[in-house]
Amino acid sequence: MTSHDLNAASPAEGGAAPRPAKGGDDERERRRQRRRSWRYRMDTKASPYGFILPFFLFFGAFGLFPLLFTGWAALHRVRLQDPGSMEWAGFHNFTRLMSDEFFWNALANTFTIGLISTVPQLCIALGLAHLLNYKMRGSNFFRVAMLTPYATSVAAATLVFAMLYGRDYGMINWALGLVGIDNIDWEGGSWTSQFAISTIVIWRWTGYNTLIYLAAMQAVPKDLYESAALDGASAWKQFLHVTLPSLRPTILFTIVVSTIGATQLFGEPLLFGSGPSGGSQNQYQTLGLYMYEMGWFNFNLGRASAIAWAMFLLLIIIGLIYWAVSKWVTRGTTGKGD
Amino acid sequence: MTTTAPPTGSTSPVRVDGDGGSGDQPGRRPRRTGGKAGRQMHAGWLTYAILTVFAIGSLFPLVWTAIAASHSNTRLAQTPPPFTFGDRLWENLDTAWNTGNMGMALFNTLFVASAITISTVLFATLAGYAFAKLRFRAKNLLLLLVIGTMMVPPQLGVVPLYMAIAELGWTNRLQAVILPMMVSAFGVFFMRQYLVQALPKELIEAARVDGAHSLRVVWHVVLPVARPAMAVLGMLTFVMAWNEFFWPIIALTQQNPTVQVALTGLGRGYVPDQGVIMAGALLGTLPLLIAFAVFGRQIVGGIMHGALKG
Repeated sequence: MTSHDLNAASPAEGGAAPRPAKGGDDERERRRQRRRSWRYRMDTKASPYGFILPFFLFFGAFGLFPLLFTGWAALHRVRLQDPGSMEWAGFHNFTRLMSDEFFWNALANTFTIGLISTVPQLCIALGLAHLLNYKMRGSNFFRVAMLTPYATSVAAATLVFAMLYGRDYGMINWALGLVGIDNIDWEGGSWTSQFAISTIVIWRWTGYNTLIYLAAMQAVPKDLYESAALDGASAWKQFLHVTLPSLRPTILFTIVVSTIGATQLFGEPLLFGSGPSGGSQNQYQTLGLYMYEMGWFNFNLGRASAIAWAMFLLLIIIGLIYWAVSKWVTRGTTGKGD
Repeated sequence: MTTTAPPTGSTSPVRVDGDGGSGDQPGRRPRRTGGKAGRQMHAGWLTYAILTVFAIGSLFPLVWTAIAASHSNTRLAQTPPPFTFGDRLWENLDTAWNTGNMGMALFNTLFVASAITISTVLFATLAGYAFAKLRFRAKNLLLLLVIGTMMVPPQLGVVPLYMAIAELGWTNRLQAVILPMMVSAFGVFFMRQYLVQALPKELIEAARVDGAHSLRVVWHVVLPVARPAMAVLGMLTFVMAWNEFFWPIIALTQQNPTVQVALTGLGRGYVPDQGVIMAGALLGTLPLLIAFAVFGRQIVGGIMHGALKG
């Protein structure tokens, strides 16, 4: 009965106006139908907004607003002891950042740790995914085992690795001692500490990236390998000329995600030593750690906000670089017709 | 961020299970016809050897956590380090639980992570359904906003968040770490990508024809179809919420900690005993490890499925 009206207003037909009821019954019946269809149309029109409203409410209040307000707070003097009172400071916080050697040190550390944690991590993941893509027994065991570090928190993982890297009684120095290498003060050195922190990141995230690559590899059409094999391409050539090009978008995606993660590195350097300074010489203090120290140990929330916005700017620059690179990469592929 | 197209020729909703949605389980299905993807070569002994080495590397630090947790501080300050279990496990666990506040931390984290998971999954499903199947104005623009914000780390907004909870007097209260985490842009995108494929338009229209209003459609049509993806999103969100680090250590103190906050306290010498620290790390990780042992296949499948869509 009412189905006719409902169909007329269904989203499939773009919510067109209801047609008059079939047959022309009495007036009251028609009015009821019209009211019903009005309510129906309101329901279809308004309900999508109702469904997305909770997300955008929480996202606006706890995601977008704090991010933008950080920029505003960065233009003020804000002290941790009295976060309610803000005193206008113009660009003072930013200009001080420019001449702040600790800031540049943290930026450089973030960059080097990011580089030596991201590149090996993604290369290993690519190789492991390739191996897991073979037909084999126990593939589920390997997948779950390699993902287990992902379930380990930053805190737990870092505490364990800090012990393994211990100078006097750590297992790693003990093992190196077996082959005649003297004890290394991992935490004290600049390169050694950054290397050690990178291994924690690599340990936690390699399995996750492996699975992402594996999923992409399984979606590569089998015919491509078959025709490559017919052309006499070796396994290595197939990997180079079939697997890698097909994975290009996925690889770019994982690079973006791990780079963003690398700019935010915080828990590992905080717990690898014993405080926010990132070592006695700040040798492994990252930007995230410096922001934390500035805000919650130097009580200067205004300058902490300026650091946060510098990090945000860094992300935008990285984003633009990747955008340009991906444009350039896809232009290369369209010519080949895949 | 579209990476890879789903396997061609499959009209059924993509499966979310250990096979990563592509239905690719070599060896189990010898006969396969066109359109499927993936390589078919058998693994050699070298492949097994390399994978075994990496599997051991992945698991060893966790096993050693348990070993170290069973030794006294004096034993751990000797070389060579222990490789077998000692007899101090219960003592160390007891100290971590009581003195190190891990007991309270575990209950707090269980509560916080559950609340975050329930709300994230619920709101992500609703919004994901709207973005996947409904028409409304500014839809594409709003979806672009969701995708764009997936990439912005929440860490950058902690100063205003801290100012807000300080004003509200919420420092050291659990709502301070729950409320900011109640929705996730990734979740919305994840559910949308699933529902675009898995939910046939005819199903919604049929329910509409029967006179169901939009909430009834969600309850009787959308939720049953979305359930597998909701389960995966729930597991991923729970792991993430359990391990959330930066914001909790700012918003909470050792008087009312989550697991990560309590572990930070242990690491900073709250209880200067390496065995106890490892016992705390073990306690804080064990619940997720048990979940991995039980749901490992599903979590693996969920990540691989999300990768195909993401």
